[in-house]
Amino acid sequence: MSLFPEPLLFEASRPGRRCTRTAGAERARATEGLPASELRQRPPALPELGELDLVRHYTRLSQKNYAITTNFYPLGSCTMKYNPVVHEKLAALESFAGLHPLQDDGEVQGALGVLFELQQILAACTGLPEVTLHPSAGAHGELTALMVLRAWLDETGQTQRRTILIPDSAHGTNPASCTLAGFRVVSIKTSDTGLLDVPDLREHLGPDTAGLMITNPNTLGLFEEKIAEICREVHAAGGKVYMDGANFNAIVGIARPGDFGVDMMHLNLHKTFSTPHGGGGPGAGPICVTAELGKYLPVPRVVEDEDGYRLDHDRPHSIGRVRAWHGNFLVLLRAYCYAKRLGAEGLRRVAENAVLNANYLRVKVHQKWRVPYDRICMHEFVARPKSEVKDQGIRTLDVAKRLIELGFHPPTIYFPLVVPEALMIEPTETESKETLDSFAGALNQIADEALQSPEILTGAPRNTPVQRVDEARAVKDPQLCYRCS
Amino acid sequence: MPYIQNTEADQQAMLAAIGARSLEDLFAPIPAGLRVAGALPLDPGLTEQQLNEHVSGIGTWNRAASARPCFLGGGVYDHAWPALVDHLMQRSEFLTAYTPYQPECSQGTLQWIFEFQSMIAELCGLEVANASMYDGASAAAEAALMAVGATGRRRIVVSAGVHPHTREALRTYGRHQDLEMVEAPLRDGLTSWEGLVGADTAAVLVQQPNFLGLVEALDRPAALARDSGALSIAAVYPVALGLLRSPGAAGFDVVVGDGQSLGVPMGYGGPSFGFFAARERFVRRMPGRLVGTTLDRQGRRAFTLTFQTREQHIRREKATSNICTNNALIALRGCIFMAAVGPRGLEEMACVSRQRALELRASLLQVSAIREAFPGQPFFNEIPFRIAGGEPAVTRLKTALQQAGIAAVLPLSRWYPGLEGVFTLACTERTTPQSIAQLAQVAADTLRMEMAL
Repeated sequence: MSLFPEPLLFEASRPGRRCTRTAGAERARATEGLPASELRQRPPALPELGELDLVRHYTRLSQKNYAITTNFYPLGSCTMKYNPVVHEKLAALESFAGLHPLQDDGEVQGALGVLFELQQILAACTGLPEVTLHPSAGAHGELTALMVLRAWLDETGQTQRRTILIPDSAHGTNPASCTLAGFRVVSIKTSDTGLLDVPDLREHLGPDTAGLMITNPNTLGLFEEKIAEICREVHAAGGKVYMDGANFNAIVGIARPGDFGVDMMHLNLHKTFSTPHGGGGPGAGPICVTAELGKYLPVPRVVEDEDGYRLDHDRPHSIGRVRAWHGNFLVLLRAYCYAKRLGAEGLRRVAENAVLNANYLRVKVHQKWRVPYDRICMHEFVARPKSEVKDQGIRTLDVAKRLIELGFHPPTIYFPLVVPEALMIEPTETESKETLDSFAGALNQIADEALQSPEILTGAPRNTPVQRVDEARAVKDPQLCYRCS
Repeated sequence: MPYIQNTEADQQAMLAAIGARSLEDLFAPIPAGLRVAGALPLDPGLTEQQLNEHVSGIGTWNRAASARPCFLGGGVYDHAWPALVDHLMQRSEFLTAYTPYQPECSQGTLQWIFEFQSMIAELCGLEVANASMYDGASAAAEAALMAVGATGRRRIVVSAGVHPHTREALRTYGRHQDLEMVEAPLRDGLTSWEGLVGADTAAVLVQQPNFLGLVEALDRPAALARDSGALSIAAVYPVALGLLRSPGAAGFDVVVGDGQSLGVPMGYGGPSFGFFAARERFVRRMPGRLVGTTLDRQGRRAFTLTFQTREQHIRREKATSNICTNNALIALRGCIFMAAVGPRGLEEMACVSRQRALELRASLLQVSAIREAFPGQPFFNEIPFRIAGGEPAVTRLKTALQQAGIAAVLPLSRWYPGLEGVFTLACTERTTPQSIAQLAQVAADTLRMEMAL
């Protein structure tokens, strides 16, 4: 990593420097007929830099990051697997990237064909026949599905059903999406075995139940073994089951949520289908639903008829639009490439090796770390420091920072909330045994260091562009942009 | 198998370490009856070479607008960008990093986001901006929901000149928040706010330039909102802000928009990025991620995610929004783009786009069947025209232009039933005088038999 401090663009800016030029600009001519009151007095104070310094700036910034291409990145539930470089080349083809979203369907048959076939692929993988590719991310998919549920409830006269049940191990987006869609949230306990507490669920099902949002495999990395029974119970109470598909990579090609009795789910294409995370996005969060709920999906739908593919806006039961245009098309195209490259066999291998790698890592560390649910896991598992480590005053945060120092991106920490001091570890299928061995070695070394010389952990990281940052200060004295600082 | 490094021998060694006999053993927690028997009904996988051929082949079914004269607008514009945008955003340390939750090994992402927030805030004339939203439409919907939370009122007065997709997304989002949406109509192409903004108004929402391409007067909605204790929200086309004053300078509280024009391929509509800027007093109500500066242990400047107690992973059902993944990588494109063009480059792009629009108007008004739909109203780079012969003539013109290889003509009647026979054409700095002449010639030839307007 680059250890040199990098000035802000604004600090490096010098009046008169520039990179690019557009020929032929004449301000006096350009402003003819525009009301003087709506014109700028001066151009926006963007930074002014030459091309070399700008290229160097971003190149150096890139060197201050860990990424999948530089370091093992076992963030639980985030599925940081290899992003095939060929997808970048194909998504940059002008025949896709240069399409305007208002071109007539006849001029974009290739794009519509990709979308239509991707819908079919996702339907085949999930066992849920109706698919929309619109949602921009997982949370957006959750929200879209909850709106679909609202539309179904309203149309069937069940307006008293306004409660969604959510396990206490769920991602924070689940309850946040419920609030946005106008539902109340009731939390369901996790049992001693790390699975949804079915008696607690039963107790909370009732005439106000709109549905259950369940993550499967759950955030502890465990498959909800009673999923079919759970779906039956929710259905019997009059609700629908939504599955958060954040962890679908563990079961793709192995099992289909539609067969469990799930009514709706989202897929994070930036997880299971390997589109790049990009420092926080863009993602794509398609939702797949039963035939019964298909008519409520957002418009426009992509359909095929005798003339080819077309966008269908005429869906009177649809919840409407959840965004502009037709989804994050170039992300969807990358996911399509991935599915086509892998095929049925390759997708199944994804799940097999993701689960193999996670279990291997689990047994490599479970002696020096406490693994609260130490049995066959799916694509990830949760560990925590042993109590003697805690007695040394060492917290999971210290472990994470020491891992950074040893060249590994830390796992997800302090989540799920049901395990104190959690380290949620997801290696993904694309890592080699050697990488897993060296990460396990580092983690076990840290367990020893925590007991023998805890200051090694509390002083970490030392070899990074900055050492531990004062996050509280950023709130107390907010500096959110250059002008304010 | 593609992208999997475990060999057969690795798998056996790992299974032995786990104490499992086979890969199938690892799926024992999934009841046998719930497992797929056999393979999914999908085609066999392709080699990389086959994939290249397959996908490039599908690409030939498309006719990319960017590869020929493009006069389509409606919120997505065929602008140019310098090569360094593509080059730098493909740095895999940006491309394949996650959300920068661990600041010590994510300073690269955190610093560019801070710079992005700073540039967006400057462009919008406001104090703070977030790390990006999905797109312009969802950013506007989130702004309206923020206004509802901030004012405790439920009525949003929306200009009919706001992009139809934005209004539709707002309606979808608002339905479950008891949000009441009132449309301020267009009079002669510009928004008429009279009698609509009052003590029950949470926010007014205007788009600059509006969907017809016309430049709105921003003082009026800003004053109406201020006087009634509502928030003023503007949705903007960022390139236009190279020339037009920022809504912040006009007194607006929140500015949102779609960043497609800032160095992002049209990409059939996505992914782009949404941006969200506001006055500082709204920081704790804002959706999305925020990066701030702080100090590290050694007292050096450091960047970190901040105000995370607003967000879903901390606050769960009480969060200000459900957004988690945003459109960071595309916002990085916008960030590099803004830094590359700088203040004068953005102004030049705005100027040339407008100059070409003026030239387009002059050429097209030579065609007797075409007139400006709203003569005398100020347009920016997109112009509403009216055609003699109504909708059938619009369709004929569009088809003739398609046959001539020109992507053009956005009919407005689909969203504005009163505007039959009206369509828009947009220009950018990529528009050439030759393509304008060609468009005017095709229009003259096609509409020769129409009556003069």
